[in-house]
Amino acid sequence: MNTALDLITRVRGVRGAMLVSAEDGLVIAEQLMEGIKGSAVAALAASLAGRLRRAMEAAGLGTSVFWHLQADQGTLLVVPAASGILVVAVAEADVNIGLVRLELLRAGEAVA
Amino acid sequence: MAEDVRALSAQLAQDPQSLVFLRLAEALRRKGQLDAALRVALSGLERHPHLADAHDLYARVLTDKHDYERAFDEWDMALRIAPNHTGALKGLAFLYFKVGDLAQAEAHLELAKRIEPDDPSISQAVSMVRGGEAPPAPSAPAAPVESEAAPVPALDEARVFAGLEGAQEGLVLLDAAGRVLGGALRNPAGADVTDAVAAYLAGVSQEAARTAKLLGLGAWSGLSAEGRQGNVHVSQPSKDALLLVVRDRGMPLGRLAILAQRATAMAKRWLEKQ
Repeated sequence: MNTALDLITRVRGVRGAMLVSAEDGLVIAEQLMEGIKGSAVAALAASLAGRLRRAMEAAGLGTSVFWHLQADQGTLLVVPAASGILVVAVAEADVNIGLVRLELLRAGEAVA
Repeated sequence: MAEDVRALSAQLAQDPQSLVFLRLAEALRRKGQLDAALRVALSGLERHPHLADAHDLYARVLTDKHDYERAFDEWDMALRIAPNHTGALKGLAFLYFKVGDLAQAEAHLELAKRIEPDDPSISQAVSMVRGGEAPPAPSAPAAPVESEAAPVPALDEARVFAGLEGAQEGLVLLDAAGRVLGGALRNPAGADVTDAVAAYLAGVSQEAARTAKLLGLGAWSGLSAEGRQGNVHVSQPSKDALLLVVRDRGMPLGRLAILAQRATAMAKRWLEKQ
């Protein structure tokens, strides 16, 4: 699991990566820069993922493959893996989204 | 019909979060199995408390059980969630007539008629109320909610998103409570899913704001998601509004974000004029 997170945190601009249980929002593994509250981020990411999943299902868009929250000073990127684990990355606003997405998808396959 | 109930029950058991409970409870109601319909409707309502159709359904079952007071509350709630819900308007008109308030009954039907001017049942009900006859008891839409491809109710998409691609099927502007301000949304089968998605999205907006704040990321500006059957972009044209843009997977997330930017600018202008 840490190898999967390593690949994500190596991407320039990524401040941390986590594996989170989608069901209860608990941290499974994490590699975070100092100052990031892992447990709180995990809980909120799981909650947001759950709400987004229900909205997407209601819209007939199927299950979510990848999503990212853009904000003024950073971004949160998430891949829901098949195993019920969320692969989460916290990154700078100018990070290469496409690259992080690829690494998150790879990590998602590795932990599935 | 019995087979329908079995099939729908199986579907619901397979996916308890789905909206198939609406069809199942309605099928049970039509069969006269009111207690079973009530249980299914109530269970669905617990899972989907912000879905106007669920409150409408529950109210219909309560009306069949002559529990008019609670039915009134449920239709009232449906209208708070979706002010243009004609089922709830017709239901309240029926209840007002029952207590002899013909003016309110007619007013609710007139409002429903303005929303769905082509629905002959509403015109008929207005005539009946004016003639002192009871309007028909509320019933479900002719087609099942999840699969219907009926015309989208008269929304304000023409004014909000005039000229923008997909204004009537993949763009929705909501207020902070998840009520639709303009636009409409259809699922890949062509059914109108605007209200259901709107109800869920109100919660997404709050969660997004909390998450961004906790991470010290400042104000959130957008939420993009890639689904197996389509992509979606959520943004905030103003503090109290939310914009959803949905497209199939043929439109990549990056292009979707550009389209969403244009839609957000249009929505901002429209909101400022209101």
